[in-house]
Amino acid sequence: MSARTREFFGLIPVALMVTAGFTAVLITRSSQISTATLTYGAVFLGLCVFAHFFVRARLPDADPYMFPLAALLAGFGLVMIYRINPDLARKQAQWFVFGLIVFCATIVFLRDHRTLERYRYTIAAVSIALLLAPRLPGIGGATNGAYLSVSFGAFQFQPAEFAKIGVIIFLASYLRDTRDVLVRGRFPHLSLKHFGPLLIIWGAAMLMLIFIRDLGSSLMFFGAFLALLYVATSRLSFVAGGLGLFALGAWFLGSHIQHVQDRVTVWKDPFKPGLVEHEGYQIAQGLFAQADGGLFGKGFGQALLQSPYGGTLLPAPHTDLIYAVITDELGLFGAVGLLVVYLLFIDRGFKTALVAGDAFSKLLATGLTAVVAIQVFVIVGGVTKVIPLTGVTLPLVSYGGSSIVANLLLLALLLIVSDHARREPHAAGGVVR
Amino acid sequence: MNRQITQVFGLMLILFAVLVGASSWWTVFGADGLKDNSANRRDLLQEQRIPRGLILTDNGDTAARSTRLGSGNSLRYVRTYPTGNLFSHVFGYSFIQLGRAGLERSENDALAGNQNEFSSIVDELLNRPQEGFDLHTTLDAGAQRLARQLLAGKGRGSVVAIEPKTGRVRVMLSLPDYDPNNIPQDFKQLNRDPSSPLFNRATQSGYPPGSTMKVVTASAALDSGRYTPNSVVSGKSPKIVGGVPLSNCCTEGSGNFGALTLTEALAKSVNTVWGEVGEKLGKNTMFEYMRRFGFDSKPPIDLPRDELRSSGVYGRGGKLLDEHDAIDIGRVAIGQERLNVTPLQMAEVAATIANGGVRMRPQLVDRVVARDGRVKERRKPEEVQRVIKESTAREVTQMMQGVVANGTATAAQIPGVQVAGKTGTAEVDNGAANQAWFIAFAPANDPKVAIAVTVERTQGEGGTVAAPIAKQIMQYLLGKG
Repeated sequence: MSARTREFFGLIPVALMVTAGFTAVLITRSSQISTATLTYGAVFLGLCVFAHFFVRARLPDADPYMFPLAALLAGFGLVMIYRINPDLARKQAQWFVFGLIVFCATIVFLRDHRTLERYRYTIAAVSIALLLAPRLPGIGGATNGAYLSVSFGAFQFQPAEFAKIGVIIFLASYLRDTRDVLVRGRFPHLSLKHFGPLLIIWGAAMLMLIFIRDLGSSLMFFGAFLALLYVATSRLSFVAGGLGLFALGAWFLGSHIQHVQDRVTVWKDPFKPGLVEHEGYQIAQGLFAQADGGLFGKGFGQALLQSPYGGTLLPAPHTDLIYAVITDELGLFGAVGLLVVYLLFIDRGFKTALVAGDAFSKLLATGLTAVVAIQVFVIVGGVTKVIPLTGVTLPLVSYGGSSIVANLLLLALLLIVSDHARREPHAAGGVVR
Repeated sequence: MNRQITQVFGLMLILFAVLVGASSWWTVFGADGLKDNSANRRDLLQEQRIPRGLILTDNGDTAARSTRLGSGNSLRYVRTYPTGNLFSHVFGYSFIQLGRAGLERSENDALAGNQNEFSSIVDELLNRPQEGFDLHTTLDAGAQRLARQLLAGKGRGSVVAIEPKTGRVRVMLSLPDYDPNNIPQDFKQLNRDPSSPLFNRATQSGYPPGSTMKVVTASAALDSGRYTPNSVVSGKSPKIVGGVPLSNCCTEGSGNFGALTLTEALAKSVNTVWGEVGEKLGKNTMFEYMRRFGFDSKPPIDLPRDELRSSGVYGRGGKLLDEHDAIDIGRVAIGQERLNVTPLQMAEVAATIANGGVRMRPQLVDRVVARDGRVKERRKPEEVQRVIKESTAREVTQMMQGVVANGTATAAQIPGVQVAGKTGTAEVDNGAANQAWFIAFAPANDPKVAIAVTVERTQGEGGTVAAPIAKQIMQYLLGKG
């Protein structure tokens, strides 16, 4: 069976699960089965098959599992958002369609990801500009103290979602060039030339902390950078040094920037009287919702999101706290199931990096995969109080146009890398995994 | 590079393992702590979305029901009480702003339809939404209404009527009361009201029992074998009891009596006789029998624990005293000293003697019934313990019949029915007013109802104020009203 046929057959159970999810939500909503769920499922399958044909035409050898896994996450996200607010689900579905168009356009126009290397400085500059855009007066603005989005009229846009891809492309390309120097350098002889990139990226992460004031995104960027640095140089000392510097900077800023400091205080004890009704409300309510879920959850549509006396019980259920809603309704089993789907996706991403033929492809696939993994860790860790809660999205699942479009773009890049990686040994008579 | 990529993947696996661990903690292992957190209102809100069961009287009248408000996300149920003030204290109330009281609180699991995990999963699979169960109580709406009418004419106080053989509570009344329908608006004001309308006097008030306590003393005297109903004791007054002169004036049947039998001394409620008997029996025997009757511990009734009070001798700071403390047991024996009892306790004393000396668990709930008519739980009458021998109970009954036939409680006579009873009048406010009591049961040969009636701060006495009320309620419950 060819890779593409496997991919096609992988999409069918995904579409069935999405249909089942919509059915469950509609039953709880109106106590009846409506044919609408079949329509939703069929449309979803149609869209995925449409994108699948582009992959089939342009990337015949790409990994067959990544697209169905991503489709499963996006479909699951649509069901959850539909359950929370059908109007938002409709918008999210439009963004999903737009994301698929971007996905198809990318694989049509970007024949070889290595051409991206030529534009690395442009990409880096655009990414940094994107990151700083929320601080621009007029279009930028703070949400909960963090500068994460820009708005043009009614249209909102989270530049960090796209910037993360740009930064990864730049780093992969940059580290491919400099890794030899970094690897060969020994301590007494290390000059600023060796430390340079590390310091620059560290500085960038700190600038992000200062400028966009978001611990979550900077953790995500810096984490992906360290993963890449380690893969490129295999020197743990760099990683340890980087982590130390980041911790130092985070500590310094945490004790000097009020907004970051507040987040940390709340994280330490969100249930403290006085905090729990205000700053700690979101995290505390998220934890209460998870406790309500138990092992098996309350079932689709059964979680209490709004107070019957009006007002929200669980703030931001479709974005920051969607993981809490999932745990509430599907229980520990459902939540772990979701994490396993992410892990399978991440596993395929790292496999792509392993089979890739050149250093840039390896680094690019590693970086793109790692940034998804860390993003999941940052938001799920925030909701489960492992780390302070920050406002990054749960990739492909949370509501948010920028997020889903950016992640589908990221998926397209991974598939392009994968196609090249798997075609080359194939052409040379190698084994396809 | 591949080795490093694998290592990075390994690190990601560890990070995800941490997430799985944290999720397990919050959903399973640490979930109880979160559910008990006072900031967590989810259970409370969730329960507003469940239609609570009805509370029904023994006659099948609905005393509490849930009314649906709103729909979709704002769907909720709110409690209404069609019988208004009639059962305020015993059934209580349930409102999200103020919590719950009475049976609404103690029987919340049944009323909210909470079940074991397995049944809930089955219901969920069958797509049956959670529904409360109906509570069929033992209370008689007619008798309760009559009691309220009669007592309201006399002021504040309480009435408790029990079916002696089963312990089923037929009347539980406390005045002043409140309308549970208005609790959300009136709670603050009711809570500040100096007449304490929120307080269930039947189970929470500690009143001096006066001479009704002599029934306990007589039971101890006869059951211990130290006295018989015909034992002759001097009724002279004053007499030194507990080192202090005790006289018969100022209570019912004042004056100096010659030698009389215990039967006569109970009918005339002679303090000096019973004071001496109590003193002779001593603290150990008296406390032994008091405890058997249920003193010194909260009654095993299906109301919230903190809405119950133990009857007994209260020392400083509300501490319950016992035989090891310095107590004038002679005065305890006639219902004085620092003895404080609840109306429920005195009704139990009457019911225990009526039931041949066996104390039954007082019971408010007869059965729990699901909406579709399935009986989820039937509460059977339960014996608590044998308090006195059957023969002692018979003798005390005869003595108490004397009280009604030719003693202080002739006002409680019912034509054609043998009534056994005992009056009580305790001075309060330094003698400015009386706590009037009457405990009784009827018919004496085959008791169907036992009762305790008490009126606060009245100028009358047990025999004139409380006994007539008890008579009419017993008549009603015996079907002779």
